[in-house]
Amino acid sequence: MPDEGTIVVDATGLGAVAAEPGVSKPDPILVVENMRRAFGGIVAVDVDRLEIQRGIITGLIGPNGAGKTTFFNLLTGFDSPNTGHSVFNGKSIDGRSPHKLARQGMVRTFQLTKSLTRLSVIDNMKLGAQGQGGESFWRALIPPAWTGQDKTIERRADELLERFKLSHMREEYAGTLSGGQRKLLEMARALMSEPEIIMLDEPMAGVNPALTQDLLEHVKDLRDRGITVVFVEHDMDVVRDISDWVVVMAEGAIIAEGPHSSITANPHVIDAYLGSHHDAPIDFDEEAARIEEDEAIAAQEIAHEHEIVSEIEHHEDHDG
Amino acid sequence: MFLAAIDWGFIFDQTLTQAFGLNAAVYAIAAMGLNVHFGYAGLLNFGQVGFVAMGAYGMGLAVTLWDLHPLLAVLSGILFATIFALLLGVPTLRLRADYLAIVTIAAAEIVRLLARSTALRDVTRGAEGLNEFIGPFRDFNPFNPSFTYGIGAIDYRGAEFFAIVIGWGVALAFVLMIWTLMRSPWGRVVKAIREDEDAALALGKNAYWYKMQALILGGVIGGFAGMVDAVGKATVQPDFFVAPLTFFFWLVLILGGVGRVWSPIAGAVIYWGLITFVQNLGRQLVDEGIVPTSVMDPSQVDQIRFWIVGSALALLMVYRPQGIFGSKEEMALDAR
Repeated sequence: MPDEGTIVVDATGLGAVAAEPGVSKPDPILVVENMRRAFGGIVAVDVDRLEIQRGIITGLIGPNGAGKTTFFNLLTGFDSPNTGHSVFNGKSIDGRSPHKLARQGMVRTFQLTKSLTRLSVIDNMKLGAQGQGGESFWRALIPPAWTGQDKTIERRADELLERFKLSHMREEYAGTLSGGQRKLLEMARALMSEPEIIMLDEPMAGVNPALTQDLLEHVKDLRDRGITVVFVEHDMDVVRDISDWVVVMAEGAIIAEGPHSSITANPHVIDAYLGSHHDAPIDFDEEAARIEEDEAIAAQEIAHEHEIVSEIEHHEDHDG
Repeated sequence: MFLAAIDWGFIFDQTLTQAFGLNAAVYAIAAMGLNVHFGYAGLLNFGQVGFVAMGAYGMGLAVTLWDLHPLLAVLSGILFATIFALLLGVPTLRLRADYLAIVTIAAAEIVRLLARSTALRDVTRGAEGLNEFIGPFRDFNPFNPSFTYGIGAIDYRGAEFFAIVIGWGVALAFVLMIWTLMRSPWGRVVKAIREDEDAALALGKNAYWYKMQALILGGVIGGFAGMVDAVGKATVQPDFFVAPLTFFFWLVLILGGVGRVWSPIAGAVIYWGLITFVQNLGRQLVDEGIVPTSVMDPSQVDQIRFWIVGSALALLMVYRPQGIFGSKEEMALDAR
């Protein structure tokens, strides 16, 4: 029987894991310890310990300014921490440059989509493949040395384009794609590198609602294909829909983690999330009104959550 | 009609001779190097003339100082340009793009000032430049120096024709090389870095190293421009390598169209044709009294040709900003 405070979760391997910050997990792909990053006097990230479980979708949430993106940059090598260690697949990756991490199987996307605008969609895709002989200067000069491999890569790229419904844009410049298509392209391109873990920075930001559902399905599909997914998001609905495990950051630290249901009920999270949710300074009356409003929404979400959890438990009972 | 007094035949002969002459070949090659830097890799190099000088001095010094075989002298020119690229690239390529621009423009002037300095007089012969290296190269010249060669009205003397053939040969070889490279996975990475360095990094590409390779490649191509020029003129003069020359290379590149393989050649041919045409026409207009000397005297023709050509280019940029061969579609897609 699970201890008090733990919640049984479906198919994540985290059923017996306590929902508390920094908790150890049975099969972590990425472990971070004592990671700290300060800009001058401002401590942007100060994480004691975080383990990312292999093969599931982990959502990293938090109010604006919580340090999510900075933490993401530290994890992916785009920024260096002042102190701290991280271990990827059992190997230390301290001070590893981003391109080396990508080669090891950790690939990321960006909040502001980085489609390579003046490259065609298919070239964007082919760029993602690793270990290309033709990327060496001297071999590039002798086309027979790389055309064979390039064809194989192109076939794989075409399959992915098909899956992401971008085949009709194959020859177009990536710069002509819509915002949502760019998100899809960036995700598909990241998959070309055959990653073990994919880090998505706000994958739903700036995507029209019609496409959001599509993107969510693709993210779930990644997990079903055995890829570990970590994503940063501030939209609670998105988090609820797809994350198996949620990590909450506030003021640079991890204040809670656990399945989504345990998070929305957590008073620290409600304080942090709803207390500093708004960017613009507001007066007291307005703030009180908004808090009331937000609390009502949160209460609804929590109620909805309980439904889902009981549903899951119900299913488990059936399966078991 | 006034214009009947003008010798159009002579003007066109001159125009074509210059359009396919040594200068055009040198400018085309130098602009090709810039095209690798800016057009494909997105590197802002405002000191291409420094690479041209390194190539010329590298080759010239190999003969005058070390008495090397001409082919080894060419290797030495390549080596000089490579070292210059490393010197510029190591400190700046990890930084934002603008830093390379600042460093290159200063470094090119440093090369020129060092070459003409009295401290290095024993090595580079100061402001006189290198004048005694051409002998071994002449031995390779299959053309008779006292004959003239050419097609129809375009003709060159044997010594110059040798350099022109080499120059256009080198230019064509680089066109083929750049064309091959830019269709390869290597070219794909380089172009990706031009578009967004972080995206390339996130996909496992070592952006720094690729930028370094592109800087070296474009620099060595620039070095070849210097070597062709030195062989053609039989001299390496430090004050040929002044900063404005870099901007004429830029002009040739932008005129042809950035990021297109053939555009540096087209740009150089058109630029030299245009400037020669305007100059010769201007001279005749003044000589024949069609334009009174109160408006323009003969000594002003050389300045005014730059006004006219400059205005024409400004108009081109207004109505065809992508250059003659550039892609309007690409131009419309904002890179950032």
